[in-house]
Amino acid sequence: MPHLNDDKIKELEEQANAVRQSIVEMLVEAGSGHTAGPLGMTDVFTLLYFHIMKHDPKVPDMEERDRLVLSNGHICPVQYATMAHAGYFPLEELKTLRKFGSRLQGHPHREFLSSVEASSGPLGSGLGQAVGMALAQRINKGRSNGNYIYTLMGDGELDCGIIWESAMIAGREKLENIIGIVDRNGIQIDGYTWDVMPLEPLKEKWESFGWHVVDVDGHNFEALNEAIGEAQSVNNKPSVLIAHTIPGKGVSEFERDFHWHGKPPNKEEAMRALHELRTLGGSVKSEHE
Amino acid sequence: MLDKNLNKKIFDTDVEQVPLRNGFGEGLVLAADANENIVGLCADLTGSTRMDAFAKKYPERFVQMGVAEQNLVAVASGMAAGGKIPFITSYAMFSPGRNWEQIRTTLCYNDRPVKIVGSHAGVSVGPDGGTHQAIEDMAITRVIPKMEVVAPCDAYEARKATLKIAENDSPTYIRLAREKTPIMTTEKTEFEIGKAYEMWRSDKVDVVIIGCGPLLHNALVAAQELEKDGVGAVVLNNHTIKPLDDKKIIELSKEAGAVVTVEEHQVAGGMGSAVAEVLARECPVPIEFIGVHDQFGQSGEPSELIEHYGMGVASIKEAVKKVVARKK
Repeated sequence: MPHLNDDKIKELEEQANAVRQSIVEMLVEAGSGHTAGPLGMTDVFTLLYFHIMKHDPKVPDMEERDRLVLSNGHICPVQYATMAHAGYFPLEELKTLRKFGSRLQGHPHREFLSSVEASSGPLGSGLGQAVGMALAQRINKGRSNGNYIYTLMGDGELDCGIIWESAMIAGREKLENIIGIVDRNGIQIDGYTWDVMPLEPLKEKWESFGWHVVDVDGHNFEALNEAIGEAQSVNNKPSVLIAHTIPGKGVSEFERDFHWHGKPPNKEEAMRALHELRTLGGSVKSEHE
Repeated sequence: MLDKNLNKKIFDTDVEQVPLRNGFGEGLVLAADANENIVGLCADLTGSTRMDAFAKKYPERFVQMGVAEQNLVAVASGMAAGGKIPFITSYAMFSPGRNWEQIRTTLCYNDRPVKIVGSHAGVSVGPDGGTHQAIEDMAITRVIPKMEVVAPCDAYEARKATLKIAENDSPTYIRLAREKTPIMTTEKTEFEIGKAYEMWRSDKVDVVIIGCGPLLHNALVAAQELEKDGVGAVVLNNHTIKPLDDKKIIELSKEAGAVVTVEEHQVAGGMGSAVAEVLARECPVPIEFIGVHDQFGQSGEPSELIEHYGMGVASIKEAVKKVVARKK
């Protein structure tokens, strides 16, 4: 991956901030949806869409694109917002999230929005689809351009048995173009992951399934960029990043509180959140004031 | 009278008997010869689902999935996203039994043309017992939007159906069986998805027997015996449960005025239910349902089980007489 210089990092930070604002705005408009996960994964999505992935918003189905499979479909507000900022569709459309007739279904549906790689929502099935895509590419060898399949999973989602079925075959088949990214934010609907269903030692679990594992700070662009670069350089193994993130990142009122997993902010909470994001936590004056 | 394109030896005691799954295995190789995009995935039952010939001929297009039926579906969905036409095999109890949600979301909701091949359907699996006898599979697949559902009657038809579904561009479930069953069709018998056909027609028609799968043999034997008793029937091979041949079913039901459905499946939700849904709306006539009535299977010889659960020739004849009497 190209090195991130200070200017690029600053640009990504500004972009991520804009995406977070869109997430808050679309969730308050929708009146339902998930808050913590999307804000927590904003930095990862921003880096993928604005620095890492080979893609073209004008030609979403271009053959040689990298794929992003969102397995934990409930965090789709971050994908929709990032895609809109990247130019896939107008920012204005974000306000239609979860509304009748919208392309932005509550959980992604390809029939409505063909530029997503997979419909998802019921947890666990994204990694298997990524495996299938990688196997198809391998059969088509010569016709493929060695692209990557970024597969995003939640940590709560790792409770699903099918994830480990998929992990097992990806390891056996040495699917090196799969790069999994686990959102290790420590929360799921019923509480903290360590209370609901402990996952540790998580790194060792993935390693024992034949994966190359990188623990990484999910909010540090430089570290994330290096981790993805490392994953790309690994041969003969799939890789997974365990991205340690703060659920609700960017809005102090939402951060680290599992109650924000599955509910949207109300108008007042959204106002405070947007103020915090626009003023960068009070360090600058918002032009909206 | 038996349709002229069917096996002339159909009523002989030495009629050739072949398992449906064999027809699938041959069909898959033929389909794969014709189309390099066809791939095969199996959940540790390659031999008994007859995917072995394909796996041997095209090892680079075969994926051994292990005992992981949910992943079997998800991986096939991903391969279809990559332009492949995946056939996935297991026992019907496990696929579509165990992996229904993945089938709904990653295949149908996702609109991926994966072919789910469920072998060992029905109570005629026999000695393995109720855990392995899928009798709910047509119900759970036919209710999913975009899904097509096919239940061939013999090995020839299974081969033809395999070739057809390779080209239908839809997620599809095909139902197979373990045991040897009579060959009823021939090379000349036409097979088209969604097009039911008459196997038998008496001079006068008192009833239409609408069946699918190997049990159609019992239906034909029943029709022949009923004719001797003065009761005339049409036997319709309704091999495609979805999309259902509404037109043919309505037409024959109007003509006969009474219907008996025959399937080796729960009466609730299966082929007979699909027929009843159409007829209740378009042509309400008396219907009797041959199938399993809200019970699980158990160990035994296939023929014993078919009799025990009321799907034998005598039961079909009884149902016909009952439904004809209800017309009056």
